[in-house]
Amino acid sequence: MARDLAPEVERLLQFRDPNIRKKAALCSIRIIKKVPDLAENFINPTASLLKEKHHGVLITGIQLCTDLCKISPEALEHFRKKCTEGLVKTLKDVVNSPYAPEYDIAGITDPFLHIRLLRLLRVLGQGDAYASDCMNDILAQVATKTESNKNAGNAILYECVETIMSIEDNGGLRVLAINILGRFLSNRDNNIRYVALNMLTKAIIVDAQAVQRHRTTILECVKDSDASIRKRALELVYLLVNETNVKPLTKELIDYLEVSEQDFKGDLTAKICSIVEKFSPDKIWYIDQMLKVLSQAGNFVKGEVCNALIVVISNAPDLHGYTVRALYRAFQASSEQESLVRVAVWCIGEYGDLLINNTGMLNIEDPLMVTESEAVDVVETAMKRHSSDLTTKSMALIALLKLSSRFPSCSERIREIIIQHKGNFVLELQQRSIEFNSILEKHKDIRSALVERIPVLDEATFSGRKASSVSASPASSLKVPNGTAKPASPLVDLLDLSSDDTPAPSSSTGDFLQDLLGVDLAPSSGPSSTNQATKTGADALLDLLSIGSASVQSSSPGIDIFSLGQDKFPPVTTFDGLASPSSLPAPVAAPILDLLGGLISSPLPPENNGTSPAYPSIVAFESSNLRINFSFSKPPGNPQATEIQATFSNLSQNDYADFIFQAAVPKFLQLHLEPASSNSLPAGGKETVKQTLRVTNSQHGKKSLVMRIRIAYKMNGKDMLEEGQINRFPHGL
Amino acid sequence: MIHFVLLVSRQGKVRLTKWYSPYSQKERTKVIRELTGLILTRGLKLCNFVEWRGYKVVYKRYASLYFCMCIDQDDNELEVLEIIHHYVETLDRYFGSVCELDLIFNFHKAYYILDELLLAGELQEPSKKIVARLIAGQDSLVEAAKEEANSISNIIAQATK
Repeated sequence: MARDLAPEVERLLQFRDPNIRKKAALCSIRIIKKVPDLAENFINPTASLLKEKHHGVLITGIQLCTDLCKISPEALEHFRKKCTEGLVKTLKDVVNSPYAPEYDIAGITDPFLHIRLLRLLRVLGQGDAYASDCMNDILAQVATKTESNKNAGNAILYECVETIMSIEDNGGLRVLAINILGRFLSNRDNNIRYVALNMLTKAIIVDAQAVQRHRTTILECVKDSDASIRKRALELVYLLVNETNVKPLTKELIDYLEVSEQDFKGDLTAKICSIVEKFSPDKIWYIDQMLKVLSQAGNFVKGEVCNALIVVISNAPDLHGYTVRALYRAFQASSEQESLVRVAVWCIGEYGDLLINNTGMLNIEDPLMVTESEAVDVVETAMKRHSSDLTTKSMALIALLKLSSRFPSCSERIREIIIQHKGNFVLELQQRSIEFNSILEKHKDIRSALVERIPVLDEATFSGRKASSVSASPASSLKVPNGTAKPASPLVDLLDLSSDDTPAPSSSTGDFLQDLLGVDLAPSSGPSSTNQATKTGADALLDLLSIGSASVQSSSPGIDIFSLGQDKFPPVTTFDGLASPSSLPAPVAAPILDLLGGLISSPLPPENNGTSPAYPSIVAFESSNLRINFSFSKPPGNPQATEIQATFSNLSQNDYADFIFQAAVPKFLQLHLEPASSNSLPAGGKETVKQTLRVTNSQHGKKSLVMRIRIAYKMNGKDMLEEGQINRFPHGL
Repeated sequence: MIHFVLLVSRQGKVRLTKWYSPYSQKERTKVIRELTGLILTRGLKLCNFVEWRGYKVVYKRYASLYFCMCIDQDDNELEVLEIIHHYVETLDRYFGSVCELDLIFNFHKAYYILDELLLAGELQEPSKKIVARLIAGQDSLVEAAKEEANSISNIIAQATK
């Protein structure tokens, strides 16, 4: 329809009646918006419209011209060349025209015409130096002469400023424009201030220096009673922040945070956090500001921000003591803020000993007397609070575990706290409580190794991962406090038996899980209730935990968790595995590796039965209570694979229950454990438990098999543990 | 460009709507509901501009009526305030001290005046005098047509007696 009617409308553009002409002009705008191709037809008629005397036709003609220029570049060129001077002259005439009662509004003749002309000049002058030059005089005149006590005048000034900022650079005019905006900012009328803030946000891209001068006024606007103005002002302040003014600005914003309204607090907090994160000159200032924000508005702080804070804290080892003491004080002052509680709980768990001993005092601090039980009180309060969410409670549980290791005197009390959650309806808490309880009860020896200080978390990795991570679930927020793994660094072959057996558990370059995976741990007891994650990475972790909580058993078959390609484990899925509801990833991992690294390799009497055809069976391990025999066979067709039949005999007078056999092999081997025939081993050595192991040797022919083993069982209700290393595999396996 | 014009009373009753962009019937009701909720709850001292759905809505309160116009992001809000005032003054000139009652009972005239002022979302005529003259011209046409209709009905009535 537009195409059909276009010629008619075009004709009407030159009709004698001005009313028809102006309506035709506006109609043409619709047509060219609908059908941009027809724009060329309208260029010439429009040019003649621009010379009209009748204001109505003139205004509509100008509007048509503006839209034409926006839609069609040729039109823009045409009008720029031909009409710029004409338009400038028209504007001059209007500005200087005498009083005309018909068009007069608030003492200005036809402000609408002013505004439309200015807008068209803006479109024409943008990007073109010559056109911009033509306009400079008239723009200056409008900017200086227009009265701004009425809205009409202000509207014209606003449009003028917009035009000045958009056309080609002219220093004097720009200064003029920014001054006008400054005047607007101090105007009492809300509308004017709103408009000024709007303009300044655009102007800051062009000329940041000039806008900085008005910083104080803008700060005042942040505290305005009008919500829209506050929002605009806050965005503007955010754009204004740079390294030099970040400290005073942040101080102002945080002071205002105290008195601001609830619905504004969310925005304000988010902005303050990002300012602090981007521009903080030093760590101690960052931590201070974040603590203040958390105390004021912790409930509005997002999880990622807390995690970032924790990363920064861990990266500032000299500030650990200061941080944990400050957090303790803050917690005493205001413990309703969720995020504050979370960060405080984490820090107290990690650095509790620094808190007690007042280590690392900085000069500005007052000494703080905190006893161990007070520190435990803090964490207990966090746990008991109604409003603590799952993340906080989980972190509190693990903090308690850490504290029980750092403060042995409170161990019993901590255990009682943890036990209370054994029956919790939430799976996460129940699982943690049960596992930690069993660590506290049965595995005191490895406890301190388990909860060693977390090493420095790599900030760069963290921010890179944060940018690319998809899942932002609370579980993933747990990743960070519990220790993220680093990017792939040279894999340390922990079980490289030719080298020294002491891997650094907290190797700052080590990739924890990668190292873990280098150790093919294959416990025969499967994961317990933590079977939820199906990814193998998750299984890796779960099985790790089942090492620590041998009491939690199920009858599920032993699964081969590490039958992944050793070094092909992508970090992301690893982390997702970490994110599965299991705690104690890396810190557990490393110390366990430590454990295995520190395994005493008891001397194994190699007994060569010499009965099997190619490969004699050996006594893999023998102690006063237990003997393990290995017999070998090779499946046909695959020289790298070996099937080992392990036979366990009880050499003591007591029965063994909960019998678990675990084996670890170096990276070039792959191990697969079949389920054992039974979990209990009667005394006397007559009846045996059998278990099949399948080993694949990727270095078949070059390296022979080695294995470290660990056997755990209950004798007379006592937990027993035996460990050993098997070196004497027959060659050729 | 102006996307639509909305006149709402303080109690939330819609007195006039004019749409310059395509909105389906359902969308219209939704928009009206949203905007009335947004604007009627705003305090007195706040500024007259609201951000809404990526557009700006400029509103002004005259007695018990809210005049709202929805514009694009890059339009001049202060100018639109002037346009609203221009409309109100034209109405005032036509009705003589216009009040909400006039608009309720003569809403068709209000629409005619708006149509002379705004077309396709743009300002058409900055002069109140010309608008008044045009509306007066329309009114006289209406009168003339009424006259004619009367006279024809007279003739028919007489003819069928």
